[in-house]
Amino acid sequence: MKTKLLSLIIVGVVALIFPLLVPSDYYRHLVIIALMWVVIGSAWNLLAGYTGQVSFGHAMFFGVGAYTAGIFATKLQVSAWWGMLLGGPVAALFALFVGWVCFRLRGPYFALATLAGGEIIRLVATNWESLTEGMVGILLIQSFRSKLPYYYIALGLAALCIIVIHTVMRSKWGYYFVSIREDQDAAESLGISTALYKNISLLISAFFTGTAGAFYMNYMAFIDPHVVFSLHYISIMAILVGIVGGVATHMGPAVGAFIMVGVQETFRSAIFGLAPKWVSQGHALVFGLIVIFVILFMANGVVGDWAKIKRHVFRMKA
Amino acid sequence: MALLELKKLVKAFGGLLAVNDVTFQVEKGEIFGLIGPNGSGKTTIFNCINNFYPITAGDVLFKGQSIKGLKTHKICHLGIGRTFQVVKPLARMTVLDNVTASAFCRVNTIKEAEEEAHRVLGFCNLLGEKTKPAKSLPIAGRKRLEIARALATKPELLLLDETAAGLNPSELDEAIDLIRKIRDSGITILIVEHIMKVIMTISDRIHAINFGQTIAQGTPKEVANNRAVIEAYL
Repeated sequence: MKTKLLSLIIVGVVALIFPLLVPSDYYRHLVIIALMWVVIGSAWNLLAGYTGQVSFGHAMFFGVGAYTAGIFATKLQVSAWWGMLLGGPVAALFALFVGWVCFRLRGPYFALATLAGGEIIRLVATNWESLTEGMVGILLIQSFRSKLPYYYIALGLAALCIIVIHTVMRSKWGYYFVSIREDQDAAESLGISTALYKNISLLISAFFTGTAGAFYMNYMAFIDPHVVFSLHYISIMAILVGIVGGVATHMGPAVGAFIMVGVQETFRSAIFGLAPKWVSQGHALVFGLIVIFVILFMANGVVGDWAKIKRHVFRMKA
Repeated sequence: MALLELKKLVKAFGGLLAVNDVTFQVEKGEIFGLIGPNGSGKTTIFNCINNFYPITAGDVLFKGQSIKGLKTHKICHLGIGRTFQVVKPLARMTVLDNVTASAFCRVNTIKEAEEEAHRVLGFCNLLGEKTKPAKSLPIAGRKRLEIARALATKPELLLLDETAAGLNPSELDEAIDLIRKIRDSGITILIVEHIMKVIMTISDRIHAINFGQTIAQGTPKEVANNRAVIEAYL
């Protein structure tokens, strides 16, 4: 317990002073993106890891949040930062509708429904040009030239997300979510309204994912449907972050976010320019290999199987 | 007024009448046995009572009020707990967490729920296993866990679905003791059971069905000597 608290304090302090230690905008950018993925991964983990409702369509909520911020800024001429506050609630409202449709299905059928939902809304966003500008996308002017404000906003958001989910999981709701994951029929017979609590889980998850999307709008200052509603850059990435870090662990998605963003960037930059250019096309292949490796050798992810990893590494040394 | 009353209950799956015109009343404080050969509709009746299956015709009354069509979790809140024949432990949760989760049915804070869970686990003689994951329990433990979980929702009526199946003779005696203890704590029990030793020793009254229809009702002795029951079983 004491070492846990100590490591938490160390991580917190390092996170707070990181941008002061590292002046490079490039590395600051990477960490900002990783922090955004901490939020999305943790949100996905609440729904899929703890509640057992695996979503293949979290890009829906990410995109709705991003477009909420973007549309507020361009159509209503209010700051996109107001949009950031609204991105979460609008995504949560949207999640109510998604839950109403998709929670009629269970297990893999629910997953497929969210997959379809993500694609549907991407097509809607592409074609509803009067609202979304379609493929032209939405362009804003960034509020800050320095990375620092974005860094601290992303850090605050990630911390808030982890704390909220941690608190929820240590309450009655947490027990109910896990019960639903383990057996819906048993949960229902024990007095748990599975319909209600699955929707609560989805709502919280969508809220944070949407807020992350609105943050992305503010930070990157450009979105189009193929980016923010992307199946493989958002929905699948959310799953990878969760699986690699550790499904149904508190810190798993946070660890997974940094690993996956690191891997993605290493390959996107063709191993920092050292490898031939075609390597940069290979990150999807490497993602696939990582998933296979994780499923075969550490099904509970880096955090969930940490003891196992330590044991093996230790044995190698001895 | 009976605690639970089934009125001309009918449940059809397509053309198959799984339960056909079954009527009985369970009085407060008794152990009411429901028997019948395999596939005679016992578990289906349970599933109709707590609305896992919608009822085709007839009615189910709990404390004089119809509970037909109420959501399963609402029925649990009204005071009907149940166990499953094919046990459904929340496998990756600990034994304590399994029971705590169901105790939230009546309380709101973790502290209260855990206190209630400890009390129930003690009652069911499972306190020694509380930190183990539910999936690591042997079958007898899982059956006890099913009962503990149902008890944690503080039911007035407990539906026990073959809680003695798959137990060895000494475990059987423990199961019988536990069921009596539950009744003595003021909970009415409706029990489905195949093992005659269990059902004949503990039931106050027995209702026998075959092919979804009532064939006999009475004290264990009357039912055991009933021609139709003997025919159904032999």
